[in-house]
Amino acid sequence: MTRALGQHTLRIVSELGDFAVFTTRAFTAAVGSRKLGRRVLRAIYEQGVRCLPVIVIVGLFTGLVLGLQGYYVLNRFGSEGLLGTLVSLTLVRELAPVLAALMLVGQAGSALAAELGIQRNSEQIDALETMGASTHAYLISPRLIAALIVFPIQTTIFALVGLYGGYLSGSVLLNLQSGVYWSAVHNAVGPQDVRECFTKAAVFGLLTIAICAYNGFNAHRRRTSTGARAVSASTTRAVVFSSITVLAADYVITSLLVNQP
Amino acid sequence: MSAADTTTELFLDVRGLHKRFGENVVLAGVDLAVPRGSVITVLGKSGTGKSVFLKCLAGIVRPDGGSIRFDGRSLNAVNAAARAEFRRRCSYLFQSNALLDSLTALENVALPLEQTTQIPNREIRERSLEALRQLELDKHRDRYPSQLSGGMQKRLALARAIVTRPELVLFDEPTAGLDPIRRNGVFEMIVKYQRQFGFTAVVVTHDLPEALVASDQVALLDGGRMQFQGTPEAFSLSADPTVRAFRDSAGALRDTITALRRGETVTSKEDL
Repeated sequence: MTRALGQHTLRIVSELGDFAVFTTRAFTAAVGSRKLGRRVLRAIYEQGVRCLPVIVIVGLFTGLVLGLQGYYVLNRFGSEGLLGTLVSLTLVRELAPVLAALMLVGQAGSALAAELGIQRNSEQIDALETMGASTHAYLISPRLIAALIVFPIQTTIFALVGLYGGYLSGSVLLNLQSGVYWSAVHNAVGPQDVRECFTKAAVFGLLTIAICAYNGFNAHRRRTSTGARAVSASTTRAVVFSSITVLAADYVITSLLVNQP
Repeated sequence: MSAADTTTELFLDVRGLHKRFGENVVLAGVDLAVPRGSVITVLGKSGTGKSVFLKCLAGIVRPDGGSIRFDGRSLNAVNAAARAEFRRRCSYLFQSNALLDSLTALENVALPLEQTTQIPNREIRERSLEALRQLELDKHRDRYPSQLSGGMQKRLALARAIVTRPELVLFDEPTAGLDPIRRNGVFEMIVKYQRQFGFTAVVVTHDLPEALVASDQVALLDGGRMQFQGTPEAFSLSADPTVRAFRDSAGALRDTITALRRGETVTSKEDL
């Protein structure tokens, strides 16, 4: 029992170390890599443009629900005028970075893990290694750089669409004056909130895409499955670990930033 | 000439290579001597570790023991510079071709030059187009690998392998899954371009007739060891029981089928 626990702990520590080396190598390998810009643009397209519809749809419904729930709760205290404050702070500080990251993990992250897993299975990554190319510079670095650009943009879009959703349910459906709603939004959101939102988006982007890339890239190292099952298991693991990491990192960042002026 | 004398003249010198996966010993001391500019074919039954051997040479699989010397320099795990130089001067043709399926034929061929050299983009394009022309694929340069036939994919993989002008090319089962006509075509292609570019070739296959015609030397891997290395003529005349069993496998099949047709009971052979 103790031995098994020790072995399990060692395996986790070893994998965390391996993950740290993997991510660091991806950034260092990017220096001087040819046609990196083109690959970053392609990754931005995959993570950004292709994921935009889902971000807009989820953002809109999140805002609609927040507007509805918030209106009826605030109405009990006669404070409907604070609906804009509630929707904007909830979205900017928490829901936009977290939900946008979870949506991006579900779409771009899972696709990345599966693509790398298939490339590993079909020896495409081995081919890159035998020709002396840096697999990290070619496959991983562009995705990580793109994530640092795309996640904050997608989070901003999510928050803006969410705010509009809150306006639709609060003002258009429930007749709260639009001026009251938008002025509450304007007064509530400060630079600190925006900074917290972007910090979270960038950290979530880096962590989730690195986790998804790591799992797909190392699909062949799975002990319990091989071939197509290994790709499927790696993709599932990538999505589950990324989602948990988003929530855990959200707590850590919030606890570090919440009391800052 | 003693072994010590020949060592300095060998382009690739493999001694006592060991590799095991768990309890399964795949390579149990494999030796192979490859002279510069020659075509050497490593023969063996399926599952004898031919591909593992080639992957050990290419550095995809790390051997447990033994030594590999390339052009006089050791390629052990700590000698990163020698391994990097080996990769620069060597190409590997995968059994599955391992073409990047999201890149066009031209992009696939240009990839090794783009990623490993500082050659200007225009020259990369010219060299890649030239390699495609040599392999008669220039009309298909904008197609993706999935849009090409099996034979074309094989030629595309060879174009990618030779575009860097390597001195050593490792071929892993280049004729796997091909019909006899295409098999001949692949061996013809290997010999033709080997003569044209002068690279040294190590080919792993189990196609005996083609190997005997196309190779300068053949080697037989069996039981985790190299049981034979010599000229095709010596292989054809060898009295070694393992060599004879491999060489006579076609005749053995004919005898077995004839016996089965006659209704005789035939004892099944070892692992197929």
